[in-house]
Amino acid sequence: MMPEYAMPLQGLVGGLLIGVAAAIMLLGNGRIAGVSGLAARAVGLSPGGPPRSLAWAFVIGLPLGALTVQALAGPVVSRFPMSGTVIILAGLIVGFGTRLGSGCTSGHGVCGMSRLSRRSIIATLTFIASGVITVAIVNAIGGGW
Amino acid sequence: MRRILISLSSGTLFGAGLAVSGMLDPVRVRGFLDLFGRFDPTLAFVMGGAMLPMAIAWIATRGMTSPFADEKFYLPDTRQLTPSLIGGSALFGIGWALAGLCPGPGIASLATRPREAGLFVVAMLAGFALAVLVARKPDQPSAPLSGETA
Repeated sequence: MMPEYAMPLQGLVGGLLIGVAAAIMLLGNGRIAGVSGLAARAVGLSPGGPPRSLAWAFVIGLPLGALTVQALAGPVVSRFPMSGTVIILAGLIVGFGTRLGSGCTSGHGVCGMSRLSRRSIIATLTFIASGVITVAIVNAIGGGW
Repeated sequence: MRRILISLSSGTLFGAGLAVSGMLDPVRVRGFLDLFGRFDPTLAFVMGGAMLPMAIAWIATRGMTSPFADEKFYLPDTRQLTPSLIGGSALFGIGWALAGLCPGPGIASLATRPREAGLFVVAMLAGFALAVLVARKPDQPSAPLSGETA
């Protein structure tokens, strides 16, 4: 059952772009397009990974791509109703957790799962499960949005 | 220079894909995790759409001795399921759910919501630094963190 607010087509098209982007990184530079790893590498907080210039180029590209879509297609919906405190707390946990777990939605979810990496499949199932539980708890205590 | 341009175009296309697919909207991303509430399946289509070209790319690598612009492929070869992998991923899921943001959309949203996304990115970098500190504990001489993800 598809709720009317879902965007399956845009999701699929945007997803294909993301997949092609990750494929360019893999086939061109021989690297995984994992955002957490590349971002940490860019700022010098990762011992391994590509030359920092490569990491920076990828990271800078992310907002550039969003700006390009805005320029071509108009404003991108970007609702941020949560408080600053929640943003900071979430950022800290996301940063710490992705480095400890060696990847995030891009590295494990897109790149690793499509490679049928057992580690990535387990990691992805784990962060989706803990995310679902977290949202359910937040909703139950009245903090949902 | 060629490698930098490849990285830049990959990142740019990645950011464009996030924008097109609605992934720069934390309400929508959080909706995917709101399985027992106002569930939004969009993220599943994004994942499916992204995995298709990547699966083809992985198959293509089998016939290649090196990528187009470098001498070799730099791929994670760890196969072990470690407590760090599970624990780190579980933690990441909590943070992802709290703000509806993971690293890619967090950084790409600097273009759409610089104030809030800036706050998120700075906190995320602090989280990266914290992970480096934890990895340097004396009882763990070899850092479990590597630059490669996946």
